[in-house]
Amino acid sequence: MFYREAGQFNTRYAQDRRIFALRQDRHGLVALLLFAFVGVPWLGNDYWFSAILIPFLVLSLAGLGLNLLTGYAGQLSLGSAAFMAVGAFATYNLEIRVAGLPLLVSIALGGLTAALVAVLFGLPSLRIKGFYLLVSTLAAQFFVTWALTRFSWFSNNSASGVISAPRLEVFGVSLDAPAGRYLLTLSVVVALFWLGKNLVRSELGRNWMAVRDMDTAASVIGIALAKTKLLAFAISGFFLGVAGALWAFAYLGTVEPHGFDLNRSFQILFIIIIGGLGSLLGNFLGAAFIVLFPVLLSNLVSLLPGGLVDAGQVENLQKMLFGALIILFLIKEPEGLARLWQRFRQRARLWPLRY
Amino acid sequence: MFKRSFASSLALALSLTTAAFAVQADNEQYFPLQSYRVGPYAAGGTGFFGGFIDYLKYVNANGGVNGVKLTWSECETEYVVEKGVECYERLKKGLNGAPAAATNPLSVGIAYATLERSTADKLPLITINHGRTDSTDGSVFPYVFPLQLNPYSEVSAIINYIGQRAGGLDKLKGLKIVTLYHGSPYGKETNEVLQTLADKYGFALTLLEVPHPGNEQQSQWLNIRREKPDWVILRGWGVMNPVALKTAQKVGFPADHIIGNIWSNSEDDAAPAGAAAKGFIAITTHPSGTDFPVLQGIKQQVVDAGHGDLADPKRFGTVYYNLGVVNGILNVEALRIAQQKFGKQPLTGEQVRWGFEHLKLDDARLKELGALGLVQPLQLSCSDHEGGGAVRFQQWDGSQWKLISDWVQADRALLRPIIEASSHQYAREKGITPRDCSKES
Amino acid sequence: MEFFFEVLIGGLLAGVMYALVAIGFVLIYKASGVFNFAQGAMVLFSALTFVSLLERGVPFWLAFLISLAAMVLIAVAVERVVLRPLVNRSPITLFMATLGLSYVIEGFAQALWGAQVHGLELGISDEPLELGGMLLSQFDIFAAVTAACLVLLLSWLFNKTRLGLSLRAVADDPLAALAVGIRLQRVWVVVWAVAGFVGLVAGLLWGARLGVQFSLSLVVLKALPVLIIGGFTSISGAIVGGLIIGASEKLAEVYLGPFIGSGIENWFPYVLALLFLLVRPAGLFGERAIERV
Repeated sequence: MFYREAGQFNTRYAQDRRIFALRQDRHGLVALLLFAFVGVPWLGNDYWFSAILIPFLVLSLAGLGLNLLTGYAGQLSLGSAAFMAVGAFATYNLEIRVAGLPLLVSIALGGLTAALVAVLFGLPSLRIKGFYLLVSTLAAQFFVTWALTRFSWFSNNSASGVISAPRLEVFGVSLDAPAGRYLLTLSVVVALFWLGKNLVRSELGRNWMAVRDMDTAASVIGIALAKTKLLAFAISGFFLGVAGALWAFAYLGTVEPHGFDLNRSFQILFIIIIGGLGSLLGNFLGAAFIVLFPVLLSNLVSLLPGGLVDAGQVENLQKMLFGALIILFLIKEPEGLARLWQRFRQRARLWPLRY
Repeated sequence: MFKRSFASSLALALSLTTAAFAVQADNEQYFPLQSYRVGPYAAGGTGFFGGFIDYLKYVNANGGVNGVKLTWSECETEYVVEKGVECYERLKKGLNGAPAAATNPLSVGIAYATLERSTADKLPLITINHGRTDSTDGSVFPYVFPLQLNPYSEVSAIINYIGQRAGGLDKLKGLKIVTLYHGSPYGKETNEVLQTLADKYGFALTLLEVPHPGNEQQSQWLNIRREKPDWVILRGWGVMNPVALKTAQKVGFPADHIIGNIWSNSEDDAAPAGAAAKGFIAITTHPSGTDFPVLQGIKQQVVDAGHGDLADPKRFGTVYYNLGVVNGILNVEALRIAQQKFGKQPLTGEQVRWGFEHLKLDDARLKELGALGLVQPLQLSCSDHEGGGAVRFQQWDGSQWKLISDWVQADRALLRPIIEASSHQYAREKGITPRDCSKES
Repeated sequence: MEFFFEVLIGGLLAGVMYALVAIGFVLIYKASGVFNFAQGAMVLFSALTFVSLLERGVPFWLAFLISLAAMVLIAVAVERVVLRPLVNRSPITLFMATLGLSYVIEGFAQALWGAQVHGLELGISDEPLELGGMLLSQFDIFAAVTAACLVLLLSWLFNKTRLGLSLRAVADDPLAALAVGIRLQRVWVVVWAVAGFVGLVAGLLWGARLGVQFSLSLVVLKALPVLIIGGFTSISGAIVGGLIIGASEKLAEVYLGPFIGSGIENWFPYVLALLFLLVRPAGLFGERAIERV
C-alpha cells in the first residue's frame, strides 16, 4: 500500500538508470544514512561501537571484496585474509615511514598494495580454474602471513612482530575515541559500497557475471578473460586491503600477522554464503549475522542460571549450530539472507493484496 | 540477609568520601574472565581458569577479601583476538554494580589488543608469565603487569641455568645452543635477546622456526641432528611441544637436553609425547603438585564440596591449574593491599592498580597464604611491573614433573636497558610522557 | 650426502602420511564429485573417539570397531542430511557445505570428548633405526607399510568386488550408472564410510605422532597440495603427490631454509603445487576436462 511505484514516472534516461528506482527506497536510504551518521553516534555507547558496529562494518566491506571476486566474477578464493593483512601492514608502514601522509591516503595506498598482491596471486587464474584455483589463493594465504612474520621490517622491527596503530587523525580531527573510529569506518564503508554498486552495474560488472556463469562462453562472445579476471582480483584485493587496514587500526588498534589467518578467510567466505553470493546487501546481512550470532548466543547463555551450561560447551554448540546453519542455507536458500529480503520487498509492494 | 546488609552499610560508612560507591548495593568485587575452553589451546585455558576460579571460590568460602565477596563471569574467547576484545568491552563495566578489578586474558594477542583500552579505561591488565616484555616498565605502561616473569627474563634464566649446569657462566663459551621457536610473534619475541646473550657469553646460537601450528618438525630436527647442539631451547605452544619431543626421539636427540620454556612446561605438553618425553626439562614459575597448604585448602573446601571448576578432577594440581591458583593469589593479594589504602570495600580498577604496583610478597606472607614454594617472593614498584624474574627447573619422569633446581634468577640488570629502550620508543610513537617514578607513592 | 638421503627418506615417509589423508579425499571426490573439506574433521573425530574409548578401558579392537561404526553413522547422516538435498548443485556449493560440515563435526567431537590433548601409543616403538649410518624412524616405516596395505585393500575393493564396480561406474558417469540400476545413494554412503575408515587409520597414525587433539583437523591443509599435484580422481596420484610434497618440502626446509628463512613448510607445498598446475592444469593424474559451450 505504502511501498509501491504507482505514480512515479521517469522522464529522463538518467532517472531511469538510477540505482534506487523507487522513491521510497531513496528516502529510506537517506533516513538510514542519517541515522547511521547522526543518530548512532548520539545513541551508541563504547560497547556498541568497539565490539559490534565497527567489526560489523569492516566485515561487510571485506565481504563485499570477496563477493566481487567470488559472487560476481566466480573465482573461488580462500586468501581474503592475506589481502587484508597486506592492506593493514602497508598502511602501517606508510604511516610511520612517510611523514605527513594523511590517514585516508595511506589507507587508500594500502588498498592499492593489496590490489597488486592480489593480481600477482590471481595470475594463475588465467590457466587454472575451479578448485584448483584454491591452491593459488591458499598459497597467498600462507605465504603472506609467513613473509609478514619472517621479515621484521614489515613490523618496524618490533621485537614481538605485533604492531600497534598510530594515532587516527583526519583533517586534524582526532578519531581515537570509539565514536570517532566508528564514523571513520562508516564513511569509508559507505563510499566503497557506493563505488561497488556502480562497478557491478558497469560493463565490467556484467563481464564478471558472464565469466562467472561460464568463462569459455564468455570468451567466445568476445570478453577479454585475462583482463576481466585480473581486474576482479585487483578490485577485490583493494576492497579487502582497505578492510584490513580498518580492521587493524579502527577496530583492534593492533595487528599481528596471525590475526589474518585462514580462519578469517573462512569467516569472510561464510559472510557471503549466508548473506548471499552476488548481492551487495547480502554482505551487510551476512556480516551482521556473523558478528551478532555469537554475541547473542553467549548473552543468552549468561542469562541462564550459572552452572547450567558449561562455557566451553556453549562454544562447541555455537560451532555446530554455525556449521548446520551454513548447510541449511545452502540447501534451503542458496542465495542467502539477501534473497529473503528481496522476497519481503516483493510482498511489501503488493501488500495488503496477495498478488 | 541481615549480615550482608550490615556489611554493605559498613562499606557505605567507610566510603563516604567516594560518592560513586553509594549506589553499591552488594559488597562485591568483580573479575571479568576472558576464558577459553574450546579450540586449539583449550587445554591451557581450562586448567588456568579452573585454578583461578577455584581460588576465588576458596577465598569466598573463607569470608572473601576483608568481607568483600569476589564474583566473576566468563566470556569465551577461543583464544581469538576479536572475541577477546568483544568480551573485554562487554565485561569491563563490572557486573550488577560490582566493579571490575583486573583482566587476565592469558593470551598474548588479546593482551596486545586490549593494552591501550585498558589504559584508557583504567583497568589493570594482568599478563602473568607472558605478554609484552617492555610493559615491565611501569612508568610507560601504568596499567599493564607482566607478573613474575616476562619473556626476556625467561630466556635469561634458562641461559643462566645452562651455565650452572656447565659449571659457571664462563663455561658457556663454545657451547652450541639451538632455539626452536613457534612461528608467531610470541615465538620470535626473544630471538634478539638470545643473540645479545650469545654475544655476551660466547656460545653459538642457532635459531630454527617451526611454522604454526607445529605438527610437522622433521626437517628442523634433522637440522638439529646435524648441528649436534649441547642444548635445545624449546619455545613451543600447544601441539608443537609433544611433536617436538616425539620428533627429537625419532632423530635420536636426548630429551634431557631439551629445555622447555614457560609455555612448554605443562603436563599437556609432555604427556601426549608418551615415553619420548621422559627426561624432558622445563622451566616453571611454580611447581605442580597438591602438597601446598593452599591447594589442600582448595581441595577440602571447594573441590571435595563439589564446587570445583575442573571437568576432569585428575588435573587438580597440574601446572596450568596451579598457574591459575598463583594468578588468583596475586590478584587477591593486590586487592588486599589496595584495600589497606582505599578502605575495605569494592575498589575501582584504578585503585586495584595501585595495589598491584605495591604488591609485595615475602616468605612470611607466602607462608601465611600456604603458598611458600608455590609462588616466588616478589615485589613490584612503579618502574618494575614484573617483580620476580626467577624460575625453577623441573624434569618429566614419564608421568609427572619433578623439581630439579632451586630458584634460578634472571639477569634483570642486563635486560633492563633493553626493555627501557623499547618502552621509550613506544612512548615516543604514542606521545606518552613516562611517569616520574620517584614522585609516585 | 648421507644427510641428504636422510632428509629425502624422512620426507618420503612423511609424504606417505599426507597421502593417507589425501586418499580419503580422492575416494569421495571420485564417487560423489564432492571436494570434502570435512575430511580433516573426520580424521579428528575418529581418532578422538578411538582414544577416548581406549582411555575408558575399552580394548583396542573393540574401540576400533566402535569408532568405525561411528564413522559409518556419520556417512549415513551426511548422505541423508547433506548430499541428498544438495544433489545436482554446483561443486562449489557442495564444497561450501562440507566446510559447514567440518564445523559441525569438530564442534560435536569436542562437545562429546572434551578439548584435552590425549596421548596415543600404538605399541610401536619410535626408537630410531640405524641403517648404513642413516637414521630411519621405525614408526614412519610402519606407517608406510600400513599405507601400502590400505592401498592394496582399496584397489582390491575397487577392482574385484561388485561394490567397486558400481562405484567406478558412478564415478565414470552417474546418469548411466543410474540407468543400469545402481543405487547412487547407497554408493555414496559406502564411499563416505570407506573414507571414514581411511580417516580413522590416518587419524590413528597421525594421532600417535602428534597426540590426539584439535589441531589434528589441520592435517587437511597438508593434504590439499598433495591432492592438487596428484589430481582429484586418482589414488595413485595421491600417493605420488604425497611423496613429491613430503620429499620436496623437507629438502626445501633444510637446504633453502637457511637462505630465505626457516618455517617455509606451510606455504612451500602450495607454491610447488601451483608450479605443477601451470604445466598440467588438472594435476599429474587428473582427467582433463573438455568444455563445450
